[in-house]
Amino acid sequence: MTDGQIVLREAATDARTEPRLIRWIVIGLAVLFLTVFVVLPLVLVFAEAFSRGVGAYFSALLEPEGLAAIRLTLVVAAISLTLNLVFGLIAAWAITKFDFPGKSFLITLIDLPFSVSPVISGLLFVLLFGMQGFFGPWLQDHNVQILFAVPGIALATIFVTFPFVARALIPLMQEQGTLEEEAAVSLGASGLQTFFRVTLPNIKWGVLYGVLLCNARAMGEFGAVSVVSGHIRGETNTMPLLVEILYNEYQFVAAFAIASLLAMLALVTLVAKTILERHLDEGQQLSDD
Amino acid sequence: MIVSGEQGRRNTLPGFGLTMGLTLTWLSIIVLIPLAGLFIKTFELSWDQFIAIVTSRRTLNALKISFGLAFAAAAVNLVMGVVIVWALVRYRFPGRRIFDAIVDIPFALPTAVAGIALTSLFAQKGWLGAPLAELGIKVAFTPLGIFVAMIFIGIPFVVRTVQPVLIDLDTEIEEAAASLGANRWQIISRVILPSLIPAILTGFALAFARAIGEYGSVIFIAGNLPNVSEIAPLLIVIRLSEFRYADATAIAVVMLVAAFLIIFAVNRIQSWAQNRFPVH
Repeated sequence: MTDGQIVLREAATDARTEPRLIRWIVIGLAVLFLTVFVVLPLVLVFAEAFSRGVGAYFSALLEPEGLAAIRLTLVVAAISLTLNLVFGLIAAWAITKFDFPGKSFLITLIDLPFSVSPVISGLLFVLLFGMQGFFGPWLQDHNVQILFAVPGIALATIFVTFPFVARALIPLMQEQGTLEEEAAVSLGASGLQTFFRVTLPNIKWGVLYGVLLCNARAMGEFGAVSVVSGHIRGETNTMPLLVEILYNEYQFVAAFAIASLLAMLALVTLVAKTILERHLDEGQQLSDD
Repeated sequence: MIVSGEQGRRNTLPGFGLTMGLTLTWLSIIVLIPLAGLFIKTFELSWDQFIAIVTSRRTLNALKISFGLAFAAAAVNLVMGVVIVWALVRYRFPGRRIFDAIVDIPFALPTAVAGIALTSLFAQKGWLGAPLAELGIKVAFTPLGIFVAMIFIGIPFVVRTVQPVLIDLDTEIEEAAASLGANRWQIISRVILPSLIPAILTGFALAFARAIGEYGSVIFIAGNLPNVSEIAPLLIVIRLSEFRYADATAIAVVMLVAAFLIIFAVNRIQSWAQNRFPVH
């Protein structure tokens, strides 16, 4: 942190930094821009949520609809986290511990959901399971409900959060190589023993990192879930969907109260992410030595 | 890219067949089959039908609004992103670490929360909307509102792609240029900016792609007037609610193809940058 830039060299002729006036303009623009576009919206969420006092805030959260939305959000996040975690570990093992042709293409395919608009992600599952969809009539005949129910919401959420865990693990495991695992196997460990005793301890921070980001997105997803949910009150509304409904009904305190929970989730996620990144950096420095 | 000359040794680890099989199966169920379904559904339309849907006035306007405003917002992000990166990396000022951390908030904040917050902020009686209204500028419920929301959602892309490159940039080159008599502006425009350009373009493309598809943070502030302030993702939702699946699918295909082209362009920029700056 004590590099040359801290020392304020004021000579306008110094070609290694900008004149003081330019510096202040650049800092001022950056701070103003981030304040208007990021700080104010965030502060406003909490200001509006508490605008009628703490009592109104908590009674808005404890409405049956609010509680139902919180419960559904937790259930859907738990389902998609579990499945994406298992998939991410399996995919990262296959991709990083072996050589095969088409590896980078496979990684591109895993990344695909990140480049699909949320609304289109939802549409994909409407086209599969909706009444005019490929499996819609069959599902109707067999009385299976996927759209406008928890399975559909979970599927859309799994789709949009699909790459997170795999993406966090692949670079990490590629860097770590296979020497430790090979040593374990040559000493007689089984594949699962090797994975749980050798690989997993090495990648635990990466796993947490992927799960953290996956969870934040799963709980906050709006567009994809909005298309498949059907907006049945008290049944298929997740927290973001309830925020929309309450806001459109001018129940601003209630909308911002639910929104404040999601905003706190985002803030906690950011803090945890910073801490985890520090652990991951340390791990990398150790393996560099 | 992983380079390994030891093909034989790698295969001593167990589980390749099983884990690869599971990976491909799960990838197919969740990602590939649903995406293929979208394209199959589109092929149920004849070419003329497809063109008729995509070039109908309302669809065309929605696409223009989404692509045009996303491009403009990404351009603002490009300029302001570089300004922010410069301030965060090259200068020291109170609160620098906090401002560095909050750049990620548009990534982390659920889009619906961002949407209602921006709307209330820029509404006629909002903290910023009221002073702007006195100047005769209306942001919420106009195309300008869409623009504002798209700027919000795109900031981190430019900052987080350019920042690591500027941090890694060797200041010795700058000092060499200075000792050879270059002035500050020459150093910035001829030495620093050229090595940032691949990262800047990548950040721009990512912000552009994100803004085109953005839904949650835009629809609250947009006003959603057909042909004026109706974005393409919203039109997909509207067509679905009218059970006009073919229309929804056709718009989705146009957007998806555009998104894939942008990702392709980003990959080309990356490989071009790697050839030009082999050190990275």
